[in-house]
Amino acid sequence: MKLSRRQFFKAASGAVAFASLPHVLKRAGIAAEEPIRVGNILDQSGILNIYSLKQISAGAMAVDELNAAGGLLGRPVELLFYDSQSDGQFNTKYATQALLRDKVHVIHGGITSSSREVMRPAVRKFKGLLFYNSLYEGGVCDRRHVSTGMVPAQQLEPLVDHVVNNEGAKKGYILAADYNYGHITSKWMQKLIRDNGGEDLAVEFFPLDVSNFAPALSRIQAAKPDVVWSALVGGAHIAFYRQFESTIGKKNMMLASSTYGVGLEQTQLSADEGDGLILGTSFVDDLNTPAAKDFVSRFQAYTGDDGYVGEYGEYGERGIKIWAEAVRQAGSPEPDAVIDALSKGGVSVNGAGGTYTVDGKTNHTTMDIHIVRGNRNQGFDVISSFSQRPPKDTQQVCDLHANPDDTTQYEVEVK
Amino acid sequence: MDQVAIFAYQIGVSFGLFILVSLGLAVIFGMMRVINLAQGEFLMLGAYFCTIITQAGVSLWIAIFLSGLAVGLFGIIVERAIIQFLYGRIVDTLLATWGLSLFLVGGVTWVFGPQTESIASPLGSIPVGDYSVSQYSLVMIAFAVALLVATYCLWRFTRFGLVVRGTMQNANVSASLGINTSLIYMLTFGFGSMLTGIAGAVLVPVIGAYPTLGVAYIAKAFITVISGGQMALLGTISAAGLFGTIDGIVAYIGSSVIGEITVLFVAIILLRLLPLGITGKFKRGV
Repeated sequence: MKLSRRQFFKAASGAVAFASLPHVLKRAGIAAEEPIRVGNILDQSGILNIYSLKQISAGAMAVDELNAAGGLLGRPVELLFYDSQSDGQFNTKYATQALLRDKVHVIHGGITSSSREVMRPAVRKFKGLLFYNSLYEGGVCDRRHVSTGMVPAQQLEPLVDHVVNNEGAKKGYILAADYNYGHITSKWMQKLIRDNGGEDLAVEFFPLDVSNFAPALSRIQAAKPDVVWSALVGGAHIAFYRQFESTIGKKNMMLASSTYGVGLEQTQLSADEGDGLILGTSFVDDLNTPAAKDFVSRFQAYTGDDGYVGEYGEYGERGIKIWAEAVRQAGSPEPDAVIDALSKGGVSVNGAGGTYTVDGKTNHTTMDIHIVRGNRNQGFDVISSFSQRPPKDTQQVCDLHANPDDTTQYEVEVK
Repeated sequence: MDQVAIFAYQIGVSFGLFILVSLGLAVIFGMMRVINLAQGEFLMLGAYFCTIITQAGVSLWIAIFLSGLAVGLFGIIVERAIIQFLYGRIVDTLLATWGLSLFLVGGVTWVFGPQTESIASPLGSIPVGDYSVSQYSLVMIAFAVALLVATYCLWRFTRFGLVVRGTMQNANVSASLGINTSLIYMLTFGFGSMLTGIAGAVLVPVIGAYPTLGVAYIAKAFITVISGGQMALLGTISAAGLFGTIDGIVAYIGSSVIGEITVLFVAIILLRLLPLGITGKFKRGV
């Protein structure tokens, strides 16, 4: 079952209404206190909402669970949602509105790197705190920014190593979305392929609205790679996986991706189209751990939606959990206190995908990574797992202890 | 040899795409002079109808025709409810159809949600030397050509076609000869909508169905029809042929983006040199 917008509103407004009933709050003993406010800015509509919808629900679930357990520091937690509509200008607008008018203690949100980059200046200016719950190209060095998702050293290093060395696919052809994520990720792919003794034949970029990949598929066949690497993003780009299967086919050429699955692409494709695609991930529903199973069943009970949750859904709970732990350690929800707590490096929680520990020097998160292969049931089979991988790439360039005022996003140099 | 075949294939796919997305508009804008900004949403509706019908277990080929009929009927309703009061009032038509377009995008998002719905690509691939090409894209080209031929024959060789062309040329004279021009307008609009509905259905297995799908194609359709000029059908064929060839070659050698830029650039030059479009100086034809 898919969660329609109407059902979501019904569930969300019901949950909010219930949670704010005076007797519920009183029973929890947190009614008298001023609430801690969390702003959540995600794309509920527009072409990028495939990454956001489950994350919105999971974030709401995590906040409700916090309140049900007595709130945070004895105070209720209030969630304010803003729909950024897959358009960066709304990210800027709502980030400003959340910090200035609604006085939120933290902003969770931003899916694309471009939406993060337009929110960071606002968060800096108004001395807020941004939790960016998304996989991205790495390198952001900013104490007011916390990344809880994967960066290339975590995701791509083991993935490229697996594809080039274990599967023997040395020659790669890279397709990426035409904005900063795709550009920087493709550079990482090139670097890692070369570091592993492979060869990168070509890199191509596609604007987010391109859905005809016939010319690219012909060029790929002319170049004869062993594997096609995809860092394609968004609803229109799903067409690539369909056209790849009907033109070349994964039985003739491997397909590996840094983004497939996070937008639940597999649920939009047929068994043949999803079968055999290889990717690196920090959470899939198919993880065989009690924590993952518990998360999926709680999510289903909360939303009434028994569809695939996936990595980006899990990020919703992960972000709230990590932030809540930081607030507990700080003893205060004020952004600067939370940032100080984070920089001590002791913020660590057990989530659905294992242990998440925020590295105090970079505000990036150490986590378990899995190499998985798409199966015919719209899910993934785990091939191999890597325990507690640190965000090495960002650690090499960023030290917030030494330079607390740094706000740069560092980029990898491909030599 | 492979190279020649693959170039021909790329050009064919581009040409087919241009024809599919602009043929309905060639009828509605090219012949009827109705600036229908909701034409892209007709394409999107065709895609959704096809997805629903196929998911209900009907074969894709039947679903394509049913979707065409459904969108055709929808077009007739739109014509009766909105367009028939606005013939000759270009700005009003523009606003009304723009509103309709927003309404349809919103309505479909409301009902189906904003995610991409899709059906699996049928058929497999066939080898062409070292390459392989998707069979379904050949089917897509075949559909484009078949729709084109069918429309041409309908306009050129049937009494209905003659009546339609006469009515579009001069409605008053047709009316004085005993033709029910209001009915003819309605049927022509319905026919144009049907063509676009079929196109949307044919494209579903390749691009999927999502509420904002029309936006990506509406500009392409208008550029093709306007560049084609006053002979709606011949103009659309020649413009689609030109743009398809350019897009097919440039997108293959360079990239999809450069292909689209080149097409827009050529369209600008073309309309500067031939303000009335490719067929602007033609005296006879459809």
